[in-house]
Amino acid sequence: MARALESPPASLPAPAERAEPAAREDRLARILAPIVIAILVVGGWEAIVRVHEIPHYILPGPSLIARELVESWPVLWPSLLITVKIAALALAAAIVGGVGLALLCSLSRWIEIALFPYAVVLQVTPVVSIAPLILIYVDHTLTAVVLCAWIVAFFPILSNTMLGLASADHNLRDLFELYGASRWQQLRLLRLPTALPYFLGGLRIAGGLSLIGAVVAEYVAGTAGTGTGLAFRVLEAQYRLNIPRMFAGLLLLALTGVAIYLLFGALSHLLLHRWHESAVRRER
Amino acid sequence: MSLALAPQTEADEPGRETAATPLVRLEGVSKVFANGTVALAGLDLVIGRHEFVSLLGPSGCGKSTALRLIAGLGRPTRGRIVGPEGAARGAVGFVFQEPTLMPWATVFDNVWLPLRLQGIGRREAEPRVGEVLAMVGLADFAHAYPRELSGGMKMRVSIARALVTRPSLLLMDEPFAALDEITRLKLNDELLALWRAQSWTVVFVTHSVYESVYLSTRIVVMAPRPGRVVADLPIDAPWPRDEAFRTSTAYNALCRRVSAELHRAMEG
Repeated sequence: MARALESPPASLPAPAERAEPAAREDRLARILAPIVIAILVVGGWEAIVRVHEIPHYILPGPSLIARELVESWPVLWPSLLITVKIAALALAAAIVGGVGLALLCSLSRWIEIALFPYAVVLQVTPVVSIAPLILIYVDHTLTAVVLCAWIVAFFPILSNTMLGLASADHNLRDLFELYGASRWQQLRLLRLPTALPYFLGGLRIAGGLSLIGAVVAEYVAGTAGTGTGLAFRVLEAQYRLNIPRMFAGLLLLALTGVAIYLLFGALSHLLLHRWHESAVRRER
Repeated sequence: MSLALAPQTEADEPGRETAATPLVRLEGVSKVFANGTVALAGLDLVIGRHEFVSLLGPSGCGKSTALRLIAGLGRPTRGRIVGPEGAARGAVGFVFQEPTLMPWATVFDNVWLPLRLQGIGRREAEPRVGEVLAMVGLADFAHAYPRELSGGMKMRVSIARALVTRPSLLLMDEPFAALDEITRLKLNDELLALWRAQSWTVVFVTHSVYESVYLSTRIVVMAPRPGRVVADLPIDAPWPRDEAFRTSTAYNALCRRVSAELHRAMEG
């Protein structure tokens, strides 16, 4: 055939050289706008606390919280690591369990019919109400807490991966059949790549949920538990009416959640930016 | 030039000389879908080696169903199909209406797929993939992703993928229907040039009278409800076919004739 009549594909120049003034302004605004809001809120908060002389055991000002964060860092940091470890273990187990079960379901409709209702039951039962039972029956507290967090994190991975595995293009499936592809080839070359964006979507949800699950489980475990996670520190600070430390702990938890979200967002972009609509920059 | 229904004798007309050796034979093929739709009712069709056969008809006449059955995608409810040997090993190439490329894979990987499914490694497949990409004019785009290509280029990749196994039979299901007119005419010419240079047989599903007359050595007109063959017309227009042919009176006469058959088919 002759040379292509159509124009060659638009190559994708480096972001720096293609960033038009308008695009740069937009990016600047995206960073600046939240910062302006933060300054207004934090400044207003500090002003109110100082003007009304609110006692620190009722509402500490941001400056006091910052000082507390620095001073109790030797206590909070190891606790944060423990909470992150619980969340990470739960998420890893959720990935293995969720993807594994989704694969089993895609292999056999009967497995799906038999098991999926129980996955739903597990999902809709509030973890706060199951956690005390788990803590009774599972001796090893860390295992029990991870189990609680796993229950919360695993369902979005399962349901998203199942949806993804079932979403392969019908014509492509026909093509694989035409060339006599084995089940393993279909899975590896067609179903798994199709499921990847769905899985990554589930992972972003599950990442945040695993942290929430870890915090809830730590709260329930309380003093009977490991006693060193960040959620426990917040609880402990409450008992001691150390309100600034409660805020410091919450701040750390929130930042951790944001970090997890950004991490998986970056992972998703890294894996999808060459081909998937969700990650491809639109040319205008 | 008039349309001759008798076998014609022109020496450079490629469809004729080997029509005696059938490549595909459909005998009393019926297809009834689970919802009761009769897609095909007793279809008899013999396709000879190196023919370019168009299945022409309105939507619902079972032309795509017939094509899929020839490819071995699904089984006929009644009747039997004798296809080329080794269909699963790449003796049959299939081009869908959409390019049907894997968006996560490069052009190279997409074209490599049929060979890969037969256990041929990347290194080993490289010359063959390079060859078909050059054939469709995309040698420079092996590492591009489908989303970086225009609609016409994606369709070329799809054609390259169908050709990479060196099939004896190429099945095309309205491959150019979604393309713009200019690209479509160009791809028509390129497909014809390739077909004349190679030794394959083509079965081409279309609903365009003009396209089918331009491309084919034979047009099978089908009618819907239930899907069946109503006319089988050899197209004896000379080769090569080009822009001059597209504006010739002979071409217009053939189009009128085929249109008349199509109208008769649709009226009942």
